[in-house]
Amino acid sequence: MTTITETALPTARASWLTPNVLGVVLLLLLGYGLVPLIGSDYLMDAVLTPFLALALAAVGLNVLTGYAGQVSLGSAAFLAVGAYAAYNLNLRLPALPLLADIVLAGGIAAAVGIVFGLPSLRLRGFYLAVSTLAAQFFVQWALTKFGWFSNDNASGVIDAPVLRVGSLTFTSATGRYVFSLSIVVIATALTARLLASQTGRNFIAVRDHEIAAKVIGVPLLRTKLLAFGFSSFLIGVAGVLWAFAYLRTVEPAGFNLDRSFQILFIIIIGGLASLRGAFVGAAFIVVFPLLLSRLGAAVLGSLFDSGVLEMSQRIVIGALIIAVLIAEPRGLIALVDRAAAAVRRLRSPQT
Amino acid sequence: MTTFRRAKLALGAVLALGLATSLPAKADEQFFPLQSYRVGPYAAGGTGFFGGFIDYLNLINIRDGGVNGVKLTWDEGETQYEVERGVEVYERLKSRPGVAAWNPLSVGIAYAMIDRISKDKVPLITINHGRTDSTDGRVFPYVFPLLLNPYSETSGIVNYIATREGGPEKLKGKKIVVLYHGSPYGKETIPIYKLLSDKYGFELEQIEVPHPGNEQQSQWLSIRRAKADYVVLRGWGVMNPVALKTAQKTGFPVDHIIGNVWSNSEEDVIPAGDAAKGYVAITTQASGAEYPVLQEVIKTVYGAGKGNLDDKKRIGSVYHNLGIVNGILNVEAIRIAQEKFGKRTLTGDEVRWGFEHLALDPARVEALGAKGLFHSINVTWDNHEGNGRVTFQQWDGAKWKVVSDWISPDWAALRPIIEKSSTAYAQEHGIKIRTSGDDPVGQ
Repeated sequence: MTTITETALPTARASWLTPNVLGVVLLLLLGYGLVPLIGSDYLMDAVLTPFLALALAAVGLNVLTGYAGQVSLGSAAFLAVGAYAAYNLNLRLPALPLLADIVLAGGIAAAVGIVFGLPSLRLRGFYLAVSTLAAQFFVQWALTKFGWFSNDNASGVIDAPVLRVGSLTFTSATGRYVFSLSIVVIATALTARLLASQTGRNFIAVRDHEIAAKVIGVPLLRTKLLAFGFSSFLIGVAGVLWAFAYLRTVEPAGFNLDRSFQILFIIIIGGLASLRGAFVGAAFIVVFPLLLSRLGAAVLGSLFDSGVLEMSQRIVIGALIIAVLIAEPRGLIALVDRAAAAVRRLRSPQT
Repeated sequence: MTTFRRAKLALGAVLALGLATSLPAKADEQFFPLQSYRVGPYAAGGTGFFGGFIDYLNLINIRDGGVNGVKLTWDEGETQYEVERGVEVYERLKSRPGVAAWNPLSVGIAYAMIDRISKDKVPLITINHGRTDSTDGRVFPYVFPLLLNPYSETSGIVNYIATREGGPEKLKGKKIVVLYHGSPYGKETIPIYKLLSDKYGFELEQIEVPHPGNEQQSQWLSIRRAKADYVVLRGWGVMNPVALKTAQKTGFPVDHIIGNVWSNSEEDVIPAGDAAKGYVAITTQASGAEYPVLQEVIKTVYGAGKGNLDDKKRIGSVYHNLGIVNGILNVEAIRIAQEKFGKRTLTGDEVRWGFEHLALDPARVEALGAKGLFHSINVTWDNHEGNGRVTFQQWDGAKWKVVSDWISPDWAALRPIIEKSSTAYAQEHGIKIRTSGDDPVGQ
């Protein structure tokens, strides 16, 4: 893991119109301009909105696992904390605007994250991963056990409020997509800032060699807890997006261990310690199965029933994951970078 | 240059998806989007129910050439009983022309869809399950928990236990334990059991079995300690056979376990083997293939090689028959709506009108070849459940045998509780409560 470092951000300062900045600008133009203009409701509501929510969760986990080296299996719990906190803030403090609810929900998730991050001071690797399972089980149990969290709704399922900022409401597919996109863009930019700062370098130092980091004066306690807190904050905000913008309902069972694994796989497949990797990984895990399922249904739908197609899809995706990780253990983003480098070499043969 | 590649890829995906979702409209077809689940832990329920539903739609197409000439079409999307997949399938299929109604067969997915279908003005059918207060059509114009909502089920079960004890007054002092699945579905009836226990004076204990329910030793020890007279099994999937086997191990008499409407299938009892012999469960539709409509499905649909079940032994099983009954109710709602709006492809709102006038008396049910399969239904604009009757069946080790008449739940006592909950929902969501069936619907 020592070889993985994102160097894009510090170098961007030298000349600000680098391919990376250009790429971000182009992606933003695409995201805000072209997609709402020509994308269908299906694309925005069922593909891009969940993609954005899970990508943000993956960015959050990547801060913790990819950069700071603390493995966590509790991501879904923090998603749930975010979603339920935002729901209760919205319900019980109606005077607060929704954006404040979202930020506070992230804060509550961060607080819970810090509590469950305390064992990281004594535990490492697999042992820490197992201890974060406690968060996963405890949060789900608490949300089902105490009716207060779901406003005593008989089945424990709650309805999400309408997305509203000031006098603007985001009720259309495009609206929800733009809302999610804006939050993800802001949160990702914040994360990039943080990672480029001394704190970000402390994260990496702790990950690469804990004792060495301690020797050169990195405060272990503060750094680790900050990683847990910030990561849980992002995941909590992602939980709000998942519940309010995508599903528009929340039930505790939707935040089970499978979801935690899904987010972990996103960052492993996308690329550890890479913000872009989180997005590429989320695209692979969220969008790719949908494309495959659409393709399978269109080509073979008349021959097999949906159950058979579903099973064969899983086989294809499983095989692809293995193939990708063998070809490039550092994830999809490393593959993309290698391909880009190859293109650059072809263009300028003198180097 | 990675950006250009990425942008190009993304644009390609955008265009591909955009094209795929805009299919040309066809005349005189009514489309059923099916959020089915044929893989995953609840596949037994999914394949049986959606198999039966599709078999009945096929029967109408082959035998009658559709409903008054309007062909029935459908398309399946796999959900694995997961909410997010259900939502994805909803978004994928909702723009297809002539959508008649949604039938997700999942409480979680149904909850996620209520907002969406109310806005898109298409009915959502949650036969035998769903959100209890959606029975109130004044607040939920597009949601139909047909035949039996969870509260009616509870009342039916308590009434049945009362009959076995010799009258409601004999319930006093008896001990009933409810063993429920740890999910939104399982928890839906907690308040109503409490209410009925206060009303009839029986002692009540409600014990949760965490999903998926393959370990129940401690729960059944508590049941034994509590000296329960009856256990109501409110299970789903693997929880049911495990409950029956554990009951046998702890020595609880199986004929004093009463299964609810999702613990009543062949798939629940066969894996339990001997332990299930004598087990009683509530149902809205009898099992068996001797009913004329089932015979026609076998002859016409399976005869033409278009049957949906891979295992023909499952024809006439509880889930398959539920799918058939669901097919009957959907098709008849369309037929009734066609009488008013014309024999053509109807809009979702017109089909909603059909469901709100879905009255099938026992004579009509017999004409449809379903006498004995289910009793009757009478849906109105404000009662979206439609006063379905229930019956009880006992497993004899090889098949289900009906052991009671068609029983009515205590609707009059349940209605005020339902209205209290639905009125609160209306207030929370700023919904105008309808005062007559002619009121315009929607927000």
